[in-house]
Amino acid sequence: MANIEFTLNGQPRTVDVPEEMPLLWVLRDVVGLTGTKFGCGMGLCGACTVHVDGAGARSCQTAAVNVAGRDVTTIEGLSDAGDHPVQQAWVALDVPQCGYCQSGQIMTAAVLVRNYADPSDADIDRAMRGNICRCGTYQAIREAIHRAAELSGSGGGPAPGSAA
Amino acid sequence: MSAIRHVHRRDFLKTGALGAGGLLLGFRMPGAAAAAAQAEGPAVLNAFVHIGADDIVTFIIDKAEMGQGTVTSLSMLLAEEMEADWTRVRTRFAPVDPAYGPNQGVFGSLSVRTSWNRLREAGATAAELLVRAGAQRWGVEPSAVRAENGAIVHTRTGERFRFGELASEAARIPIPPNVAQKDPTQFKLLGTSPTKLDTPAKVTGRARYGIDVRLPGMLHAVVAQPPVFGGAVAGFDDAAARRTPGVRDVLEVTGGVAVVADNTWAAMEGRRALSIDWNDGPFASESSATIRDYFERLASEPGAEARREGDADAAIADASDSLDAVYEAAYQPHASMEPYNTVADVRDGACDVYVGTQVQTQSRNTAAETAGLAPEQVNLHSQTMGGGFGGKSRDSYVVHAVELSRALGRPVQVTWTREDDTRHDAFRPAAYVRMTGAVDAGGWPTAWGARIVCPSFAGLRNGIDRTAVEGIADVEYAIPNIHVRYAPPELPIPTWYWRSVGYSQNTFFAESFLDELAAAGGRDPVEVRQRLLADSPRMLNVVNVAAERAGWGSPLPDGHGRGIAAVNNIGSFTAIVAEASVEDGRIRVHRMTCAIDCGHIAHPGVIRQQIESGIVYGLSQMKGGLTIADGGVVESNFHDFEVLRFDEMPRVETHIVESREMPGGVGEASTPPTAPAVGNAVFAATGKRIRKLPVRPEDLA
Ligand code: FES
Ligand code: FES
Repeated sequence: MANIEFTLNGQPRTVDVPEEMPLLWVLRDVVGLTGTKFGCGMGLCGACTVHVDGAGARSCQTAAVNVAGRDVTTIEGLSDAGDHPVQQAWVALDVPQCGYCQSGQIMTAAVLVRNYADPSDADIDRAMRGNICRCGTYQAIREAIHRAAELSGSGGGPAPGSAA
Repeated sequence: MSAIRHVHRRDFLKTGALGAGGLLLGFRMPGAAAAAAQAEGPAVLNAFVHIGADDIVTFIIDKAEMGQGTVTSLSMLLAEEMEADWTRVRTRFAPVDPAYGPNQGVFGSLSVRTSWNRLREAGATAAELLVRAGAQRWGVEPSAVRAENGAIVHTRTGERFRFGELASEAARIPIPPNVAQKDPTQFKLLGTSPTKLDTPAKVTGRARYGIDVRLPGMLHAVVAQPPVFGGAVAGFDDAAARRTPGVRDVLEVTGGVAVVADNTWAAMEGRRALSIDWNDGPFASESSATIRDYFERLASEPGAEARREGDADAAIADASDSLDAVYEAAYQPHASMEPYNTVADVRDGACDVYVGTQVQTQSRNTAAETAGLAPEQVNLHSQTMGGGFGGKSRDSYVVHAVELSRALGRPVQVTWTREDDTRHDAFRPAAYVRMTGAVDAGGWPTAWGARIVCPSFAGLRNGIDRTAVEGIADVEYAIPNIHVRYAPPELPIPTWYWRSVGYSQNTFFAESFLDELAAAGGRDPVEVRQRLLADSPRMLNVVNVAAERAGWGSPLPDGHGRGIAAVNNIGSFTAIVAEASVEDGRIRVHRMTCAIDCGHIAHPGVIRQQIESGIVYGLSQMKGGLTIADGGVVESNFHDFEVLRFDEMPRVETHIVESREMPGGVGEASTPPTAPAVGNAVFAATGKRIRKLPVRPEDLA
């Protein structure tokens, strides 16, 4: 066991867990933030995606010790009022079906729209192919990412709550 | 909401027994409880509608939500008739209660179909009670007032009372018989696509699924299950597992060994450290190859007759051109993104179960049986499901949590890992079908024969499991000679309903083979369907619409082909035209044009989503499936069980045909025609006929 200190959604946080415990389970079972989902546990589906120092990370493949001293953002902390441009676009296009994969989809997309002002379909394919949706919301997600990019562009300045 | 909790369950049931009016009366608040509840303000108008003094209208949803938009669609039925203010609508899941019928659940894409009249009636009745309450206040006839967008309006003066102001009075008015429902031409909400009610929660991580349930003192468990179907635990050494940090206990449970820990990860680590001696049983030497041999043998036995018209054998013998082809499909797991899980909290004489289930009544009963309690002692808390696709209509995953909580005296959550979910699901059965057919000199099909071999899970009637033959035996095509036979293999591999059930594989076989007959007769695949569907207007229409919208017959880029397939299932009619090519040894699907006639429509946006969803599910079964080796499933996770990914998504266009028929289902409409439309497109592009699901690179070479 080790005391691991990191920043979680803007707040300092200390957890006493085994160093190799995946961040996914630290979040879900120790901290109690269940918005980050378990889909495969092998880095294959993207359901567990969070931001570590602003970059997308599969929390099921991130050992607790590796976030010591770093900045972790989960879906709960992506924006204060659920109004990150990606979330706004997701609501506008009513993207979720079962919704289970959507935390991961949104966290991945948030990194994409921060890095690309106007992502092409090929950029979107590359960024999103690691996130599985069994309900098949891919077409809606593509449209929503284009919309989110527009919203980010017209809003000016960094997206609320976005890391880095 | 609190009002409901204050009502004694017994009072519900008692009034239910006394009330002559059925469902609505059965759930009316009995006097004393109603008075207590109304002291707090809110009022329950019937089993489905509750109005707060704050004007919040809460709809009690007796179905389950797994992404098919049920909560929103059913709320729209109620809100439409009730004239509720949509922005003030909230929902909660109903408890298991006889007031909602003997078998609560979601299956067969039935939710809107079975609720269409029932919920509209409930909504209209609630509105009528509010109208009468308003009329009383003004001292006028009910006909002088009307419900409108969350208020009761005095038609002449324009004065209004909000629903919340009238709710308590409305709840005391006797339920009127025969309340009129709106004529569909008056619909304001139905037929539009408001943002789904649960969308905001699902984009902020607030949505709670079964796997997110956290109770005070709750422990987490995973269960090791036999690697071979039909196997059992012979013995185990748990010393290392118990030394794993965070592990609290190791227990044998029905069909496995459970590791219980402080968190899910510790439980998984503990399970890794377990050493289990399995009694594999006789299936240990079986594989996909031996199963195929078995199926092939059965295909030449007489079998039971699923359909016989004319004389197919004679027609084939006499025909100028006859065909004989073997089609196959692999076992499929449901692979919902949320793996199976359950939380149980068993205490003295009571049990709370938190589970996402498609079969609420049955899951409640399973929990009761496992806990040694009466069904009424179990409280089932329906959870939103992260996908279901039929898999969560089999509730074997409820048992372990109840067993463990009962043994340990605390709440326990059992989580299946992706590996458990892939290997220990109950699967869409594998199938082996020998199709035979013939065309006449004009090129039109004259005979349709099939020998279907497919495990049975829904029971045999006259030797036939309907789920194994649907999609082949019930084709609507006017072919004069039809002979469909069926033989059920017996295997210890559990099988179950999987999105669109028998149609998921049989429509692939049937529609691909019809394409083969068209090609043998030198006929265009659309032309053949038009001719054979001349007496099936709704089918014919969707075939025509899909073909026209896809530009059937218009030029395509080099290497691309078009294919069509259609199905009539779950009360709907669906046709898809696929445009596909083969690139680098893989199928690339460019465009799917879908036409559906699903009768009256609640929420067109949900229908479009379900069509896209079903297509992705159908494309996934072309990409990945299960193989059996050493008596168990080889695949374990998304690296070897492959599903459709983002960059493989075709452009999907959905055309909803205007219809005044009773609503059909949509959740399972587009999966069946997907694989055959694509397979037929691949044939058009390359001349290569796809006869197996999933499609392996060697099948394209
Ligand atoms: S759960 Fe981490 S990638 Fe699937
Ligand atoms: S919305 Fe259900 S898995 Fe993506």
